[in-house]
Amino acid sequence: MAASREEIIAGLAEIVNEIAGIPNDEVTEEKSFTDDLDVDSLSMVEVVVAAEERFGVKIPDDDVKGLKTVGDAVDYIAAHQS
Amino acid sequence: MNATNRAVVVTGVGATTPLGGDSATTWEAMLAGESGARSLTQEWAAELPVTFAATAAVEPTEILPRPQARKLDRSAQFGLIAAREAWADAGFQGRAGEDAPVDPDRLGVVLASGIGGVTTLMDQYDVLKEKGARKVSPHTVPMLMPNSPSANVSLDVGARAGSHTPVSACASGAEAVGYAVEMIRTGRADIVLAGGTEACVHPLPIAAFANMMAMSKNNDSPATASRPFDTDRNGFVLGEGAGLVVLESADHAARRGARVYCEILGQGLSADAHHIAQPEPTGRGIAVAMRHLLENTDLKPEQLAHVNAHATSTPQGDLAELKALREVFGDNLDQMAISATKSMTGHLLGGAGGVATVATALALHHRTAPPTINVDHLDPEVDADIVIGKPRELPSGTIAALSDSFGFGGHNVVLAMRTV
Repeated sequence: MAASREEIIAGLAEIVNEIAGIPNDEVTEEKSFTDDLDVDSLSMVEVVVAAEERFGVKIPDDDVKGLKTVGDAVDYIAAHQS
Repeated sequence: MNATNRAVVVTGVGATTPLGGDSATTWEAMLAGESGARSLTQEWAAELPVTFAATAAVEPTEILPRPQARKLDRSAQFGLIAAREAWADAGFQGRAGEDAPVDPDRLGVVLASGIGGVTTLMDQYDVLKEKGARKVSPHTVPMLMPNSPSANVSLDVGARAGSHTPVSACASGAEAVGYAVEMIRTGRADIVLAGGTEACVHPLPIAAFANMMAMSKNNDSPATASRPFDTDRNGFVLGEGAGLVVLESADHAARRGARVYCEILGQGLSADAHHIAQPEPTGRGIAVAMRHLLENTDLKPEQLAHVNAHATSTPQGDLAELKALREVFGDNLDQMAISATKSMTGHLLGGAGGVATVATALALHHRTAPPTINVDHLDPEVDADIVIGKPRELPSGTIAALSDSFGFGGHNVVLAMRTV
């Protein structure tokens, strides 16, 4: 069953909190992973792998570059989850 | 400006060791003659030929925030904690050029490890086998590379003069300190954070060292297993942790009114060219390093009052070191109070030279030689004045000390320090 937009944001917040220590409620759609959430390019790979497992999507490396904000990731996951 | 041969002083110390989570606690435990060795409680330990080690007194993950700790190998965690202590002890906070009034282009880091991020390597290999390639952490390489501790300290304090990682097994930490002295003497830097770190309390290194017959197997009594110069010594006790000093040109330290622990005169270096793991039994190679030290520095042998011996509690190694001291320093050896602090800390491998440098600086600063514990029956072949059981006051006036470190591969590093 596909996750709702709110569920995807909540899931990403848990992942970002685990990896970068950012409080869950600060992980909102407009936030940039790199500039606002302490997720550098290496940690972004961890976020992607955790999101793939959690939401049942595949996010190829070439597509990761397009995920600048939390909203970008939510859009991507919402569109690609099975 | 002729920047060569500038005097170098120690203006900060930091350590996290089996005896304590900082240098002060470590030093107090040394003076009290405590052992940091303990039985391992992990399940895997029960299957090993050696079931104890001198593990860190304070877990690094209790100090570092989790998001930072999870991107650092345990060796880098120890190195960062000890580096921050040394940096603060020297009177600095934060990054050079920002919070700390230090020129970042004149600040260096030389932090060594003998083995590197072996626990990261093994853990991620387990991930690969059990969970597949996609789950291998993207931080694996930056965590396991041996220069990772040095690089992370460089990032933390903003050091841009250079970040280096000499690798020479158990001499690595001392080689780092010697390299840092040269960086300042030759004018590349004004301040260098230098030392060693190690974290390899893991079944693979323990099994490997044990199979080399290099480790004590006194599983029933960890606290008395490391017994340098005792007749019953039977190998080293694996330790973990880090020790770093802040080295600074004497001019720079004087300009900012820094507290100075001691002067560091420099290093003597050599290689045994004898065996990949066995010490050269006559001490010939070590003597070459000690003579190099005399040529390379203005150390006056008659001022030598203390030696922090390498002395890891192996049958051959402990005696070879004393033979070299006797050969090079002759009767002056009789005035040297010799301490084997590995009797208490265990052997931190690449971290050992860093911790020994901290201990030697504090010994000169406090004019107190720490004890050698567990010498119940002094080996009759010991022809030197070992500080046994209790600390000993060192003489007044200008005195000097050596800190010896030798590593598998035949690497010999001898550092000399002097009161100011």
